[in-house]
Amino acid sequence: MFSIQAFLDSFGPLLWAARYTLLVSGLGIALGLVLGALVCAAALSRWRAARFVAALWVSFLRGVPLLVQLLLMYYLLPVIGINVPAIVAAVVTVGICASAYISEIWRGAIGALPPGQSEAAVAVGMNNRDLWTRIILPQAVVMSLPALVNELILLVKASSLVSLVGIMEVTRASQAQAATTFRPLEVYIAAACIYLLINLCLAGLGRYLEHRMAV
Amino acid sequence: MADASSVEIRGVDKFYGSFQALSAIDLSVPPGKVTCLIGPSGSGKSTLLRCINFLEVYDSGEIRIDGRMIGYDAPGGRRMSGGALRRMRQSIGMVFQQFNLWPHMTARENVAEGLLRVRRLRRAEAMARAEAALEKVGLGDRMDNHPARLSGGQQQRVAIARAIAMEPRLMLFDEPTSALDPELVGEVLGVMKTLAGEGMTMVVVTHEMGFAAHVADRVAFMDRGELVAVDTPEAILTRPEDPRIQSFLRTFHERNSF
Repeated sequence: MFSIQAFLDSFGPLLWAARYTLLVSGLGIALGLVLGALVCAAALSRWRAARFVAALWVSFLRGVPLLVQLLLMYYLLPVIGINVPAIVAAVVTVGICASAYISEIWRGAIGALPPGQSEAAVAVGMNNRDLWTRIILPQAVVMSLPALVNELILLVKASSLVSLVGIMEVTRASQAQAATTFRPLEVYIAAACIYLLINLCLAGLGRYLEHRMAV
Repeated sequence: MADASSVEIRGVDKFYGSFQALSAIDLSVPPGKVTCLIGPSGSGKSTLLRCINFLEVYDSGEIRIDGRMIGYDAPGGRRMSGGALRRMRQSIGMVFQQFNLWPHMTARENVAEGLLRVRRLRRAEAMARAEAALEKVGLGDRMDNHPARLSGGQQQRVAIARAIAMEPRLMLFDEPTSALDPELVGEVLGVMKTLAGEGMTMVVVTHEMGFAAHVADRVAFMDRGELVAVDTPEAILTRPEDPRIQSFLRTFHERNSF
């Protein structure tokens, strides 16, 4: 029989664990945005070597499952003499993986701008820096918002994978809770509710931002 | 306009791969005059226009504005530095077929942007000049509108205001009315006529034969990358000798009669 009590009791430990879910996905997207901007700049660079590195970066990180990347990072770092807590390795891996997708989102948004936008700026004699900061990026960032929110939601869900390297986020906490209460169904329904709640909030935030920044 | 520019085009060639888009073009645009470029689509008239402010790179020959070569430091020489090119472009206004207004800025901000970033004016002065330019094109009451809230004709007039606010000595128009609904063409041509009356040097790529006939001082006909003839509007439009011009005008008459 489904136990309402066991379902409700699960929320305490799972919500407590949700701080790691939010930490990993929040810091992951932050790192992903910064690295993604750099990778995107490299992909659009006039230097062939930079474009090559960016293409390699994107195809590797999109082509290998995040789970494999996490395990690789987890076992690779000690080998090359870097000893960091698992949470750091997890955040960095998630951020690096996200950067590949985010750089493609931005490259797409920038490429979708009509060429006339830059031509008008060049024709009045605007320099490159102003062209990017005043004309291209303000429009590209707004255009990329729906895709970025989508990426953030994917990341919240993907953060469940870091349970495999021992981080007590929602998924791992659910496994522990299920093992002690023998009430897996109630526990996992509670876990699903928490993920759904987080992502509904993010989707709402995304809609609000899109609405406010619409041109 | 006391300081209107002249443009001298000599032997200009332009290739896209092996396709020759412009062949040995010679054209003089005298200061304070309106020169219309007409011809069938694909004849190279927009390409030539875009070479004048070096939005399009020409491969050989020379284009001089007030005697100063644009794009290269000498005929057949090295490319001009970015800074020098930007300085020359500051005094060349350009109006595009698709308006190319910046959608994230209001009409006033669109016009002020170049004054702020390129001319480096103080904010108050830039805004005042932007407002004056918008008043001049008859949009004093639409300054706070974003482009999406303006009709095509209004957008194109904002684009003209954006160009004239920079106080150019030369204005380039690339099919400025081709993207407009027919009933909106007149308001844009009206603004252009006013500019012409003030003695602005204008080069206009257009399919508006009425504008070419009544406002232009010179009409140049292009076909397949060649400049076929340059003459007065009457000579080109009413008694053309070249069969290519005759057949081009015939299609126009056929389209406009019903």
